[in-house]
Amino acid sequence: MAKLRLFFRKEGRAVYISHLDLLRTFQRVFLRQGLVLKHSQGFHPHPIISFALPLPVGQSSRCEILDFEADGGADWRSLPEKLNDFMPDGIRAVKCCVPVKPVRDLAALSCQVELLYDGGVPEGAAKAVAELLNGESLVIQKRTKRKALADVDIRPMLLRLQPIAEEAGCLRLLADTAAQNPGLNPALLAGAVERYLPQFAPDFVRVQRLEALDTDGNIFQ
Amino acid sequence: MYNKLERILPRVQKPARYVGGEYNAVMKDKASVDVRFAFCFPDTYEIGMSNLGFRILYGVMNNMPGVWCERAFAPWPDMEEEMRKAAIPLYALESGDPVGDFDIIGFSVGYEMAYTAMLNMLDLSGLPLRSEQRTSLAPLVVAGGTAMYNAEPVADFIDMALIGEGEELVPAVIELYRKAKAEQWDKQAFLRAAAQIQGVYVPSLYTVSYYDSGVIQSITPQDGAPEKVVKRVVHNMDKSYFPAKTIVPSTEIVHDRVTLEVFRGCIRGCRFCQAGYVYRPVRCRSKDQLVQYGQEALQDSGYQEMTLSSLSTSDYPQLVELCDGLQDFCGQRHVNLSLPSLRADNFSMELMQRLQRGRKAGLTFAPEAGTQRLRDAINKNVTEEDLTESLKTAFSGGWSAVKLYFMLGLPTETDEDVLGIAEMANRAVHTWREYASNKNRGLRVTVSTSWFVPKPFTAFQWEPQITMEEYERRVKLLRQAITAKAVTYNWHDGDASFLEAVLARGDRRLGRALEAAYRKGAKLDAWSDFFDLRRWLDAFAECGLDPAFYACRERSRDEVLPWSMISCHVSDDFLWRQRELAHQSVTTPDCRTQCGGCGANAVEGGECYHG
Repeated sequence: MAKLRLFFRKEGRAVYISHLDLLRTFQRVFLRQGLVLKHSQGFHPHPIISFALPLPVGQSSRCEILDFEADGGADWRSLPEKLNDFMPDGIRAVKCCVPVKPVRDLAALSCQVELLYDGGVPEGAAKAVAELLNGESLVIQKRTKRKALADVDIRPMLLRLQPIAEEAGCLRLLADTAAQNPGLNPALLAGAVERYLPQFAPDFVRVQRLEALDTDGNIFQ
Repeated sequence: MYNKLERILPRVQKPARYVGGEYNAVMKDKASVDVRFAFCFPDTYEIGMSNLGFRILYGVMNNMPGVWCERAFAPWPDMEEEMRKAAIPLYALESGDPVGDFDIIGFSVGYEMAYTAMLNMLDLSGLPLRSEQRTSLAPLVVAGGTAMYNAEPVADFIDMALIGEGEELVPAVIELYRKAKAEQWDKQAFLRAAAQIQGVYVPSLYTVSYYDSGVIQSITPQDGAPEKVVKRVVHNMDKSYFPAKTIVPSTEIVHDRVTLEVFRGCIRGCRFCQAGYVYRPVRCRSKDQLVQYGQEALQDSGYQEMTLSSLSTSDYPQLVELCDGLQDFCGQRHVNLSLPSLRADNFSMELMQRLQRGRKAGLTFAPEAGTQRLRDAINKNVTEEDLTESLKTAFSGGWSAVKLYFMLGLPTETDEDVLGIAEMANRAVHTWREYASNKNRGLRVTVSTSWFVPKPFTAFQWEPQITMEEYERRVKLLRQAITAKAVTYNWHDGDASFLEAVLARGDRRLGRALEAAYRKGAKLDAWSDFFDLRRWLDAFAECGLDPAFYACRERSRDEVLPWSMISCHVSDDFLWRQRELAHQSVTTPDCRTQCGGCGANAVEGGECYHG
């Protein structure tokens, strides 16, 4: 019986697969490959499989994490390659290992947020956005679980922001954001721009997870 | 395409259904194919991907060298609106290329309410709706599926209908198309040649004339088109293609499981059932092959649920042996087997208990009518005792929810028959009281009625549908008669069934009304959220057509029916005999017990029932 951790990418067309659908997809991918997942005990046994941090629909990721338990002595080192024969387009297993740290130590996500401007990046946008995000606080409105709107300061959850890169039609933000308790959806950085700098509101926002980091700032394993 | 899609997909519900890329979706090199087929399903992705015929033909076509079959589905209105705003035409999921650029556009049409979705998909593809306005060979618009046994309401829009089973017919049409494309035939030349293939119906090659009464006077084939287009069938199921390796959607669909087709056709001969007549003769797959296909499909897909599918699965001769053969494999992999279409007369509790480990979901039976007399008239051949016995076993086995399906408005139905439905429900409650092994959970009996729609190629093809007022009166009568607290009564919305009755037996004059209703906004009529009968009534009025002429009129034996250029091998004489027996409430034995001489055996050289 082995507790294992699979790292995978979710990109391209696969970004539209929802969290629940992804769970079902992985259960099937494992079965196709012939790997039997350990099932829970009880009246309705279900496979023991969980994603460390659900990825919002529409965002892509190079660092998704899936924890599972396999029956018997699965050869986990070669597992990613074998699984990739059975994946839908856009999902690629990268690495499988025995977990080093528990999921609660997953502290931060390195992300890329692209603010896209169809008519070219407006003058002054890069500077204004940098000033906004580097300010003392950044209060946005968020829906609470009770569906009411609440003010939340997301600035403390923005752990690190690299200098903003300006390219043709695009402002590229590279940031480390808090992963959990509470975590910050990087798309909210773009939401803050829309709220406070409506003149610089982008036409489209693309978000990508690049790396998961542990409490020491190392790559989460 | 995907750059444009990326912008709109975050704003629509369930975007995963619009991008393709699923496991086993077939990708080919455009440069290496010479025929591109856009396989269109005039309903949503979740419905279309649940259709076994769609999967079979997708596999059959993609197994042809040089042919690439891709899929397209009707977008939900939120997606349609975004597509139209962003000027994105209907595109195929595999390549993302516009459907309008394909060689052949093929619709799989299961039932009449999908017609407006077909028109909407043509329009979204940027194509003229009418066949005559599409003058070049490509894209050729074809349609198949059960509804196409009477293709007349869509005769103006499609270039050809494919009648019967597509496994051999579709490749034959594609090969001819390939030749026509290479030799640069014009569309007319191609259609004339295609009409010579058995199973191909080219509506534009038939002239229809009418009496002043609106009844058809004659149907005249031209340019060598056959008097009768005879349906195609697969002769040997063991040699026919089964999609063991098939697309596994990355988002949940309606039938999200392996569908193992155990046989085609049905031995029963219920007189209202179009499928029971047009899918004749009965052809079984052998048990051993089914076990093998089932295991292959489960292995390849990773599904943990499999359904044994057919028109009446408990009639499969080796059902117990089949389940035995699958049990080991399914047990190891936590696979649930499910059996739809069970009959109350040969329902086996032992089988059910073996299959349904764990949760005891509800059981569903379809007695169809409330009294023995009416069940005899429709040849359902299920007795009150059969049902009571089945319920006894079910309730003592721990089931506590049962659904009973009926139809209202069947030919010869009286108030006594309607009230008989309530009595059956009451008897179910009594049976439960007497035999339930666990009464703590309580009982739920759900009675559902639909409004009977007479269909072509059935014994009732000459019968009128009862009027809307009469239907509503019978619903009310039944509603008042159902008093037990444990019984819930659901009835179908009458508007949709009325339109279905109009379209099912319609002629090609309805094409104008169809187009008018589409222009008024009808496009997903199969969904009650979007269906509005008023659009249709306005459209009929504009076109000077009386819907009651199609729905509520009794036809005489010698009337030329709009679909009389089509043959499903079951003779009109046989259907008429069945109708007369219905009016006498006399049953006909099932095909296994005694051949009824319907004519379907002509396909099989005299011997029709196998297995």
